[in-house]
Amino acid sequence: MDTPFTRTIVTREQWVEGAWAVRDAGGRLVTLWGSDNTDRGAGFAVMAAFVAAGGVRVLELSLAAGEPYPEIAGLFPAAGRMQRALHDLLGLVAEGARDTRPWLRHGAWREGEFPLRRDFDASAARNNAPADYRFVRVEGDGVHEIPVGPIHAGIIEPGHFRFNIVGEKVLRLEERLGYVHKGIDRRFAAFAIGEGHRLAGRVSGDSAVAFQWAYAQAAEAAAGAEPPPRAQWLRALMLERERVANHLGDLGALGNDAALAFALSQFMRLKEDWLRLNAEAFGHRMAWDRIVPGGVDADLTGPAAARMLEQADAIEAEVRVLREIFDESSSLQDRFITTGRLTPDQAHAFGVTGLAGRASGQAFDLRCDMPCAPYGELAVRKVVFDAGDVAARVKVRFEELIESLRLIREIVRRLPPGELRRELALPPARAFGVGLVEGWRGEAFVALEAGEGGAIRRCHAHDPSWHAWPAVEHAVIGNIVPDFPLINKSFNLSYSGQDC
Amino acid sequence: MIPLLLKVVRTGIVTEPAPGAEPQWRERAGAIQQEILRLLGRALVIRQVDAGSCNGCELEIHALNNPYYNIEGLGIRFAASPRHADMLLVTGPVSRNMENALRIAYEAMPDPKLVVALGDCGRDGGIFGETYATCGGVSKVIPVDVVVPGCPPPPLAILQGILTAIATPKNGTPGPS
Repeated sequence: MDTPFTRTIVTREQWVEGAWAVRDAGGRLVTLWGSDNTDRGAGFAVMAAFVAAGGVRVLELSLAAGEPYPEIAGLFPAAGRMQRALHDLLGLVAEGARDTRPWLRHGAWREGEFPLRRDFDASAARNNAPADYRFVRVEGDGVHEIPVGPIHAGIIEPGHFRFNIVGEKVLRLEERLGYVHKGIDRRFAAFAIGEGHRLAGRVSGDSAVAFQWAYAQAAEAAAGAEPPPRAQWLRALMLERERVANHLGDLGALGNDAALAFALSQFMRLKEDWLRLNAEAFGHRMAWDRIVPGGVDADLTGPAAARMLEQADAIEAEVRVLREIFDESSSLQDRFITTGRLTPDQAHAFGVTGLAGRASGQAFDLRCDMPCAPYGELAVRKVVFDAGDVAARVKVRFEELIESLRLIREIVRRLPPGELRRELALPPARAFGVGLVEGWRGEAFVALEAGEGGAIRRCHAHDPSWHAWPAVEHAVIGNIVPDFPLINKSFNLSYSGQDC
Repeated sequence: MIPLLLKVVRTGIVTEPAPGAEPQWRERAGAIQQEILRLLGRALVIRQVDAGSCNGCELEIHALNNPYYNIEGLGIRFAASPRHADMLLVTGPVSRNMENALRIAYEAMPDPKLVVALGDCGRDGGIFGETYATCGGVSKVIPVDVVVPGCPPPPLAILQGILTAIATPKNGTPGPS
């Protein structure tokens, strides 16, 4: 099993105690989701996944129809939006929750209708009328409000930001997301377990490899299967290549957002070289759909391996030069340093993982903390800074990029021979598995429950952006409005992943 | 400053030249520029709208701006407002939560209101289909001139799609013969 996990059916008391225990032990909440089990003559179930003591701990609480579950946003603030989404989709009520506004339901389905319920009429025609949303109002002398989005000025995903400002200074930012909700959780039921990785990859396209690996882990855990060693190493190769591609693109865009257009041209040139070699080696510029349940669907040929080694050296040399240029550009550093600061306490409170977490002192990296094969043999260097500003997130990207290039060289050189894929035995109905993968942005999670005959009964995908989006609201306080695009880019969160 | 200038000089111009290593790309690019000049004067202005994409298509649209493709050098530019745009480049299956915003953006755009739908999900909903949350393709919401298949379509295919749109006569408007 690549991601060690336990799953416990709990009582209401144990649900609350379990959440407290995780918090007291310094663990974190990964996600909340639910399931309609009325077709089995039961009621509903609410599930919470935590990371604690080197593994994933899943708590499952059964609920009668209409019975609420004890809310946990008081312990884990990031749960607030998840509880709202869980209500929108499944109608489960978080008892004691302070914020009960809709989150994913904007008006495409009616209040009192719940798309993840088995009695939901998916074919009914609905009048799509966006409802009013109660933003928190800030009042006082000279305060005014700037609404932005859902369509933003650049080539970016949609979302709404409501700024309350005095002069140029941000007093408060409130996000409203959900615009790219695609009903992925429900859609999974239309796929066989052996095919669901394709949908998992499209939870957030920039993290497709991470999600497809997490999905494969979940499916393999449910089936009690293990992928062949060569497949594990190739998965890591694809994941590190995804990390490098995104870091290259982000570093260019960050330079550009601070008026160093030179950086965008240079880094985007390197990224294009990188993607072209992906296409050559794996047949897809971003290596999508190559990680499949049971193994991988692409091999690395000798010539492609040689090109990857050469390219890693070439890109590293170029990145080191560009990093010096970044470091020596006073105008760039002036924009980066102290801007958009997320303190380690705030990052901890929201359970921010991944590069944004590590730039704010959250020393979590699954590749080091709970390494699945082949990471246990690669001794990944964990990159952690405390400053939590844009500059720190830039530094994490540079260092992780260089480290990933080292990993890629090592993986290519040590790639074990052997088969690429083993046929996945059909998991029995009710078999359950989870996957958790350190994507470039943070921890990508998938939970899977098998249905009859190889069908997906319930699959839930969770993007790390769920935790970092509310943290951004805090990171921008006190900054000037024109720095918001830079701050936002420095996190580069997924809208699709959180809305999915 | 000196390292920066050195890097610029040493990198040189990487935009793939007309008779260079990738000739068929430059041919297409050249054709694009001619069509734009004929139809729209000096430039084609595009407003991109993400209507529920997984963000994969956006990555490839960004790639169009890299120096290899140098789309601005071809007279194609992305604008912040649909009011300044000749073309809407739409990604995603159109989530129901973006349906109204997409319609508003389309209405705000001046004629000729060209629309290119990008990717398999822009075409017909793709992997997301037509569900309680998705409309099942851009043409379910606004008129579409050209559909570019792919998941995601690579940058060159996106360029081709843009070419196809400006070479197609729209609603009886005379196009290039």
